[in-house]
Amino acid sequence: MKSHVLSQLRSLEAEAIHIMREVVAEMQRPVLMFSGGKDSIVMLHLAAKAFAPARIPFPILHVDTGLNFQTVLDCRDRWSERLGVQLVVASVPEAIDRGLVREEPNGSRNRIQTPVLLEALEKHGFDAAFGGGRRDEEKARAKERVFSFRDDFGQWDPKNQRPEIWNLYNGRVHMGESIRVFPLSNWTELDIWSYIEAEEIDLPDLYLAREREVVSRNGMLYEVNEFTPLKDGETAEVRRTRYRTVGDANLTACVESEATTLRQIVEEVAAVRLTERGATRGDDKVSEAAMEDRKKEGYF
Amino acid sequence: MTTATDPAEGAVAQPGVYEAGSTDLLRFATAGSVDDGKSTLIGRLLFDSKTIFEDQLESVEQVSKDRGNDYTDLALLTDGLRSEREQGITIDVAYRYFATPRRKFIIADTPGHIQYTRNMVTGASTADVALILVDARKGVVEQSRRHTFLATLLGVPHVVVCVNKMDLVDYSEEVFENIRSEFTEFAARLRVPDMTFIPVSALKGDNVVDRSENMTWYEGTTLLSHLERLHVASDRNLMDVRFPVQYVIRPQQNDTRDYRGYAGTVASGVMKSGDRVLALPSGLESTIESIDTADGPVDEAYPPMSVTVRLTDEIDISRGDMICRPNNSPTVTQDVDAQICWMDEAASLTPGKKYAIKHTTRWARAMVKSINYRVDVNTLHRDEDAGEIKLNEIARVMLRVTQPLFIDKYQTNRQTGSFILVDESTNKTVAAGMVGGLPHSF
Ligand SMILES: Nc1nc2c(ncn2[C@@H]2O[C@H](COP(=O)(O)OP(=O)(O)OP(=O)(O)O)[C@@H](O)[C@H]2O)c(=O)[nH]1
Ligand SMILES: [Mg+2]
Repeated sequence: MKSHVLSQLRSLEAEAIHIMREVVAEMQRPVLMFSGGKDSIVMLHLAAKAFAPARIPFPILHVDTGLNFQTVLDCRDRWSERLGVQLVVASVPEAIDRGLVREEPNGSRNRIQTPVLLEALEKHGFDAAFGGGRRDEEKARAKERVFSFRDDFGQWDPKNQRPEIWNLYNGRVHMGESIRVFPLSNWTELDIWSYIEAEEIDLPDLYLAREREVVSRNGMLYEVNEFTPLKDGETAEVRRTRYRTVGDANLTACVESEATTLRQIVEEVAAVRLTERGATRGDDKVSEAAMEDRKKEGYF
Repeated sequence: MTTATDPAEGAVAQPGVYEAGSTDLLRFATAGSVDDGKSTLIGRLLFDSKTIFEDQLESVEQVSKDRGNDYTDLALLTDGLRSEREQGITIDVAYRYFATPRRKFIIADTPGHIQYTRNMVTGASTADVALILVDARKGVVEQSRRHTFLATLLGVPHVVVCVNKMDLVDYSEEVFENIRSEFTEFAARLRVPDMTFIPVSALKGDNVVDRSENMTWYEGTTLLSHLERLHVASDRNLMDVRFPVQYVIRPQQNDTRDYRGYAGTVASGVMKSGDRVLALPSGLESTIESIDTADGPVDEAYPPMSVTVRLTDEIDISRGDMICRPNNSPTVTQDVDAQICWMDEAASLTPGKKYAIKHTTRWARAMVKSINYRVDVNTLHRDEDAGEIKLNEIARVMLRVTQPLFIDKYQTNRQTGSFILVDESTNKTVAAGMVGGLPHSF
């Protein structure tokens, strides 16, 4: 007798595929928000699986802050070419030139990408946008539905979410309103890496450890490069590091690591004591409710 | 896949240590009245099983200190929204994930406040286990009854009653036993299939992960150990093949022009290639030619696999249709007799009102023909004269649907026995519906 029990990783895969098919079947014009990081790549991989042997029936949208690692952009282009999916790029530098948004004093473009994202969604008439957010990442994300309603300003109202019962998702919206959909809601960082290993998924090489010239700021290690040059009085040192998340190059820190293979990353992630955002993101430290506030404004 | 550095048997887990390919998944939801200690219990479970990340712990320690608390408020690990922290209550479900060498867990920590009952329903609808908390000082209160009733209505197969705050009643066996018998008496009428009682202190950690030294009279297991060992695989329906068609895959590409596959998630049963099948509503029969996935064809598909089915005959099937077996099919009907849990504060349900209905992958419209009765969750009394159903009320109703639905009783099939109602003007989800009568004996 076979047990007919699906492993937890394959159950998560099945759930994500189910969610993506629901969206394509019910919404007018979906899009996949693609950052070039591991979660959005896993999401794209799952989309390819969900509709095989057909092509992915929606475009991907990259909000380009102009602060990307080159290897992330290369990986993005490899993926869109291999899958034959249309790539829409919304440019933050271009939006700054047009005056839609203004550069913030600290140089972070994290917050100003929201208006650029919302403008692109509206311009193309996207009524459903897939995001790679996971509930294990952050306490506000832990509260969000899989199908997360946005009003016509793209805003999330955490106190008034639609009930989401069983897997009967409700994506009904009026003109101008939209939903954000998070197929990876129930995945953890370890699930993501275990899946990347099992499926041999192509990622930017930033995720693998090698020797990097780094500088330590507030206990975090930043690679010394054009985005994060040395400041006066700082000294660089060489350490073996890798990236746990990939955000803007001027804000994302790397972590010390010896992991040069996917297997070693899985083992490392299984033993880590810090969350990935806590370990690598300068942008989340602003306040206790930084993510909730950004999500209310329409952030990813 | 090779195993990661293997954790010593019985040792406490690092965050998320488990072998991804093989472990199974247990989903549980908390329930019970406001302030009974649900969020604190989840925080304690994560803390004592050492599955909290250091930065998350530091952050809740800091917030607790800033507020002048004497101790770290572990409820802050799940109460993450600004307004939750301001008010000190849970407003919406928080999902948390942790794993031990035995199992991976998905926790839904739900609110106890009556105003947010729909969020409790959201969290409990997919749970294998309901953890119902009772404050040892207060005993079984109305909200404990409402949530237990909802959990059984939602078909949650296992109930664990945690009698909490035992530290405030001198860890008294008598208090525990009184609550146990009061609860058992109430629950007997609900026919809970599996029920366990555990005396705990979420605040101090007694019997959560570690055995209590204050309650030597208690001979059962700790909460974590109970959750690790609970057998849930047998709760699934592998008998009745139900495959709601979600999406038709027809590639418009030269290399795969003739491909036509029906994509969907197996709701129940085991499908095999070569099986004779029946398509609804057409009533036409065919044979499964192949069950495809992106990784190639598979011999069998079972819940919750997402697959693509190809048939040997060209028959007209589209989204919302159902594939089943010729000798085992769901009821095809436009008249649905169901229990509903009403979740809209803005408007009540009354006979004659019309809603959008979503059942498996099919949308239709439904009119309320009649309200048969409303259940008083406190006394379990049925009020057959109820003219309307208001927020958080539970009722048995008759619906007339514009198109036939392919339904089973919720008791035998959680997938094909469930539906939601959506208000067509606001687009809000206003009711959870379960086909058939109550599993209860009253
Ligand atoms: N003495 C004692 N206090 C407890 C215990 N468990 C929880 N509390 C306290 O009870 C209060 C409410 O706890 P919460 O965990 O927020 O309660 P809750 O059930 O999650 O409440 P809602 O989510 O709003 O329904 C807090 O002040 C806790 O510190 C316990 O075992 N003993
Ligand atoms: Mg709570």
